[in-house]
Amino acid sequence: MDVGFSLRSEAVGAMRTAMVSAENLQLTLKTELSQEEQALTHTKRSPKETHKAGNEDLKEMLESNKESLKLEAMKRVVGLIAKGKNASELFPAVVKNVASKNIELKKLVYVYLVRYAEEQQDLALLSISTFQRALKDPNQFIRGSALRVLSSIRVSIIVPIMLLAIKEAAADLSPYVRKTSAHAIQKLYSLDPEQKEQLIEVIEKLLKDKSTLVAGSVVMSFEEVCPDRIDLIHKNYRKLCNLLVDVEEWGQVVIISMLTRYARTQFTSPWKEGAMFDENDKAFYDSESEEKKDQTEDKPYIMDPDHRLLLRNTKPLLQSRNTAVVMSVAQLYWHLAPKHEVNIVTKSLVRLLRSYREVQYIVLQNIATMSIQRKGMFEPFMKSFYVRSTDPTHIKTLKLEILTNLANEANISTILREFQTYVKSQDKEFAAATIQAIGRCATNISEVTDTCLNGLVLLLSNRDETVVAESVVVIKKLLQTQPTQHSEIIKHMAKIFDNITVSMARASILWLMGEYCERVPKIAPDVLRKMAKTFTAEEDIVKLQTVNLAAKLYLTNSKQTKLLTQYILNLGKYDQSYDIRDRTRFIRQLIVPNGKSGALNKYARRILLAPKPAPVLQSSFKDRDRFQLGTLSHSLNIKATGYQELSDWPAVAPDQSVRTVEVIEPVQEWAPVVGKSKKSKSDNKFYSDDEEEKAEEGSESSEGSGSSSSSSSSEESGSESEEESSEESEKTSSDSGKSSSGSEKSSSESEPEQKQKKKTKKAPQKKIKPTAAFSDSDENGNGPVAQASSSSAESSSGSETDSEDDSDSDSPTTQQQKKRDGKSKPKVEVKSKMEVSLLDLDDFSPAPTNAPKSLVVSLSLLSDLEGLSLSNIPSAMQVTTPSFGPVKTYELLHHMTGKGLTAKYHFPRQPCLYEPSMVAVQVILTNSSDHSLEEIHIGDRSPASLNIHCFNAIERLEPEASVTVSMGIDFSDSTQAANFQLCTKEDQFSVSIQPAVGELLMPSTMSEQDFSKDQGKLLGMNETSATVTMATANTSSQAISKQVLSVANVGEVSSSHNSFHRFAGRTVSSGALVLVSLELKESSTALLTINTEKSVMASMLLRDLKQALAQA
Amino acid sequence: MIHSLFLINHSGDIFLEKHWKSVISRSVCDYFFEAKDKAVDPENVPPVLQTPHHYLISIYRDKLFFLSVIQTEVPPLFVIEFLHRVADTIQDYFGECSESLIKDNVVTVYELLEEMLDNGFPLATESNVLKEMIRPPTILRSVVNTLIGGSNVGDTLPTGQLSSVPWRRVGVKYTNNEAYFDVIEEIDAILDKSGTTVFAEIQGVIEACVRLTGMPDLTLSFMNPRLLDDVSFHPCVRFKRWESEQALSFIPPDGNFTLMNYHVSSQNLVTIPVYVKQNISFFETEPCGRLDITIGPKQTMGKTVEALMVTIHMPKSVVSANLTPTQGSYTYDLATKVLVWDIGKLNPQKLPNLRGSLSLQAGAPKPEDNPSLNIDLKIQQVAISGLKVSRLEMFGEKYKPFKGVKYVTKAGKFQVRT
Repeated sequence: MDVGFSLRSEAVGAMRTAMVSAENLQLTLKTELSQEEQALTHTKRSPKETHKAGNEDLKEMLESNKESLKLEAMKRVVGLIAKGKNASELFPAVVKNVASKNIELKKLVYVYLVRYAEEQQDLALLSISTFQRALKDPNQFIRGSALRVLSSIRVSIIVPIMLLAIKEAAADLSPYVRKTSAHAIQKLYSLDPEQKEQLIEVIEKLLKDKSTLVAGSVVMSFEEVCPDRIDLIHKNYRKLCNLLVDVEEWGQVVIISMLTRYARTQFTSPWKEGAMFDENDKAFYDSESEEKKDQTEDKPYIMDPDHRLLLRNTKPLLQSRNTAVVMSVAQLYWHLAPKHEVNIVTKSLVRLLRSYREVQYIVLQNIATMSIQRKGMFEPFMKSFYVRSTDPTHIKTLKLEILTNLANEANISTILREFQTYVKSQDKEFAAATIQAIGRCATNISEVTDTCLNGLVLLLSNRDETVVAESVVVIKKLLQTQPTQHSEIIKHMAKIFDNITVSMARASILWLMGEYCERVPKIAPDVLRKMAKTFTAEEDIVKLQTVNLAAKLYLTNSKQTKLLTQYILNLGKYDQSYDIRDRTRFIRQLIVPNGKSGALNKYARRILLAPKPAPVLQSSFKDRDRFQLGTLSHSLNIKATGYQELSDWPAVAPDQSVRTVEVIEPVQEWAPVVGKSKKSKSDNKFYSDDEEEKAEEGSESSEGSGSSSSSSSSEESGSESEEESSEESEKTSSDSGKSSSGSEKSSSESEPEQKQKKKTKKAPQKKIKPTAAFSDSDENGNGPVAQASSSSAESSSGSETDSEDDSDSDSPTTQQQKKRDGKSKPKVEVKSKMEVSLLDLDDFSPAPTNAPKSLVVSLSLLSDLEGLSLSNIPSAMQVTTPSFGPVKTYELLHHMTGKGLTAKYHFPRQPCLYEPSMVAVQVILTNSSDHSLEEIHIGDRSPASLNIHCFNAIERLEPEASVTVSMGIDFSDSTQAANFQLCTKEDQFSVSIQPAVGELLMPSTMSEQDFSKDQGKLLGMNETSATVTMATANTSSQAISKQVLSVANVGEVSSSHNSFHRFAGRTVSSGALVLVSLELKESSTALLTINTEKSVMASMLLRDLKQALAQA
Repeated sequence: MIHSLFLINHSGDIFLEKHWKSVISRSVCDYFFEAKDKAVDPENVPPVLQTPHHYLISIYRDKLFFLSVIQTEVPPLFVIEFLHRVADTIQDYFGECSESLIKDNVVTVYELLEEMLDNGFPLATESNVLKEMIRPPTILRSVVNTLIGGSNVGDTLPTGQLSSVPWRRVGVKYTNNEAYFDVIEEIDAILDKSGTTVFAEIQGVIEACVRLTGMPDLTLSFMNPRLLDDVSFHPCVRFKRWESEQALSFIPPDGNFTLMNYHVSSQNLVTIPVYVKQNISFFETEPCGRLDITIGPKQTMGKTVEALMVTIHMPKSVVSANLTPTQGSYTYDLATKVLVWDIGKLNPQKLPNLRGSLSLQAGAPKPEDNPSLNIDLKIQQVAISGLKVSRLEMFGEKYKPFKGVKYVTKAGKFQVRT
């Protein structure tokens, strides 16, 4: 500690002197300048004449007092640097301009400085003070670039200054500056690795940053400085996953590859046999209380929800235009996804093949590795790998490799036909590769071995030497695998032997002759005779094989070849190559009997003519899977510097709760596995029926996967000013985020206060993923104001008040619960709500108030905060997530008729995950009998055409246990009941689900103008209206919304008029628009109008709504 | 990540170097030159090379090599994609990416490289962002600059850099608000000797030119989105909307950009607009050969085939060609052995034909294989897959923009084997 302190003070001292001297220098320079002014006027006109005199002219120009001259000079200097010429002697002249007012000049000076600072350390120090001043500049751009340059100056003496600057910048308000600091971390680390510990602290801090701008850069620093500190990632894992879509593309690549490594250490392998993958089922199990735990443990494998989160959030990136992003997602799926899910990357990878040749090269390499293990993935796209004559050779060879990998019994004929064209290619290297490929196909697929062999034999008469040579080599390998019936081919090869000049081919033929000399007893000695003649002129490899052949023949047919062999052995004895001399000596001792070595002699035959195992022809990409796909190491097939091994899956997953983040992190809400017990407790507290809770939860997870665009659009329908102000307030809150989180957690004392907090949470929660991250601190920054704008939760408020008495502590989870139900409400609703009952504020005004929020934000902050908003600009109209959760539960199967099995269902009002045209239905199965029920599943359905997405069969349901499953039913926009059978192992029960017409809709958000426009299109036949008499309790606007939303799953449209209420939705199956408008008349009557193409639905909906509104 | 960048011309001269970390001597390029010499054809240079201390990743574009030096493990596609982005940016700024233009604008290029990468990690690659920081040269600006000493460098942080829509700058203003979309489809096909289709698919791209004031939010929908099998988008497109409604919803970048790339599902049979009758043969005995090519329309959907062109990479032994075209003109480049027959418009009444003799190098063996023909063509006003834009809606702004959609079909990698 002391040491650190003294070091720092020393550094500060050193820096101070540097600053002072710099200041002095500038002063002195200025005086010099004025002196030189006159001198310059002479030389100015002819600056180029003196070019030879070592950049003298440039120096003069730089020292002139004219901006334009300086700029011109700097441009030429930079030109010199770009060309790689040395301009270091100009350093003193250049560095003086570092404080120039002219931005372009300054930038060029920066460029120069960064390039030469390392060589001129002392002089470079003079510039430091300028940067230090700039680091305090009010303009974030200047702060950022100052840090950029400062950290790029590779002078070790300023390390402490850099470290200080980085630490400061990491806490800067501007995300741009924070991003720069993340980059600076790497620079400092490479300059002085001893700062590692300090830098890790900064990284840790920046990892918590919620700006998408920073995420990519800080992960990059993490990878460079401390890739092994996996523990730093835990808490940020979910945030990174959720931010991923919005991070800039380069950052995505880095984050994905880091998360791949992370996931391999934290989750268990999804590749086990009999694994179960249905994420929805799993989500429900997780949300169940402890009794379910036993059941889940019975399952062979259940994917960690965090694992699923990663897979789900990376999937949309397959559609990125950036090939590196697509590749990194592909490798993530390859290394992390269950086997049957990997296929989704295929199409995208094949798409990349349309890109530049370099991209093709890398992608093909990766496909080659993948296609060895998983033929099926790429087989449907086989034709995409057909070779064009214009492809570069390395692309051709890779395509060939893949085609060979894909070959199987079914497609081999097509592939071989394709290969025939390739063999004739003008590109001989490629033709040779094709022959090898044919050889591989022949060994792998026994059906075609003969065909291939015959084809190859035909190639032996080819004019091109390389083709013939390659054929010989391949034939040799093939014959070895099945030598019995091929003496014809060997004879043929002997015939063409004289015409072959490629030594490898000649050697191959000789080896074949020797190996199978007994099958060609007449020809082999003749070949040997020819070889004896040309022996001295042959290449080494041929000579060696000649010696081999001679030896083998000597052993089998010594009568004819004894003399020839001796002759060859004699030639070999005096050969220039020691290899051949060696071999000759060895062979002679082995085969020619003499006194001493008789022992070996006996075994000569067994040694030389031992049956040899056939070579295995395999892909050169066989062993590449040891490297992570998409990496440089994979591409080079060599471990590159800095390559991080991908670890094997752990046998037992490490504690998953490490990723749990405190309440602050909204991301955790949807990942329900964490803290199971807590959750179940809170269920009891707040909800009278826990289906509701589950429904919300379900919708949560589906939202989690949704992109920010969909989420943010839901709030867009509000008026513009309101939108802005709410955004601003969120920004401020993000800045005060950390401090407030603490206080929030501890605050659980008084009930009213507690309630307030919960309420305040709700409003910002509408923004789901990214912005939700900011929502936690409203109560601190601008509590009262935010409260005024926040909503009351209709669905839960009733039960809340009942049950809150027994909640004595406000655990984080309960707060989450609150968030959850607030979250799904569109802003529209929020606006119209009043919270008189919940907030005892004296100054409560019934009019919606949002505007004051913006006052909290000081104007100066605004500019800096501009970038913080993570949400996309919302789109005008779209189907949104459910706006209301009035869960009515219907009975599907009574326990009497169901022999102990009870089934209830409800409509969770969320988009169906299986097919967009289906209505999601959740079924709660409870075992009320005293024995466990097995194999609960869905059997026959009627009408048979009914499109149902069944839930996965439930293997076992213990007594008193219950399980929630979700299914999807396509009602085709009719209220006709869906009949099907619910089966257990023993029994079958016919059940039916009859949807209320309101459940066949999906809420749709649109602006008032759009509403009127669309309504205008749906007049006449498409309009149904009626006058309704409403119960007096229902005249307030939120009561109306509540009633309408309880009947139909529609979205509320903001209205500029108090007496108009508008709701919009779409039918689930056909997507037809359904517009509901309610015009309040005097004395509690109202005109209810429904505009839709589906007139039957309209009348039914009208009836239901009428009924609902008439009720008190 | 990316340590240094060298720009190398066709003949192997390094004409620009930029280092983002400490300086690496240009002698590292020797390894590259070695590989380049070995590969003969620049196309054949392996994109990834290994040297004792560094890794070299290069791209070859517009007769230039962009060679980057890497020191540690990095996804190679990351580097390749970035290098192409650099080339794109240069092209965007100066009209084309050529050695002479880069040399003329060396300072601007250098400044661009400085902004695009920080410590080897991409910082700003969006053309809109870059253009706000470093303005592209125009004649007017260069005149102004010399007169009053203005500069090409912007002095504020580009607004796009910080916003959630980094591809668009704020405060865009036009008097004429217009949005044009070009649907360009390319047919990739391999036909065999007899004219049967070995492989055919359609790849499409939607190029947009949007000049709209303010922050418009556009929705582009198709009559038949089901045709689209695989898509990739500009980052501005909201993927969720595409998944749910099959419509493109986006806040467009300002100016020209590629909105989406798509692949048409392979179930649909691809219509091949032309047929080719060809006969190329080389004689066994004499050092010469004969060539006879006729092209005719097959399924052109009632439109004229334009810009028809046939390119043939002849075997090395062909020394000259003596041919007569009935339409258009032909050239034979002796150095590259490429025969180009530029036909122009295809007249269905009078089919274009090219015939004549080829002479081979005396003594050279008869070429093993006949060269394949690469066809280029263009059909205006039709997308061969049948894809149709149904409408373009604009939200968020009040004015009425002028909208236009254009369809073009081209031949992509269209090859006829002979």
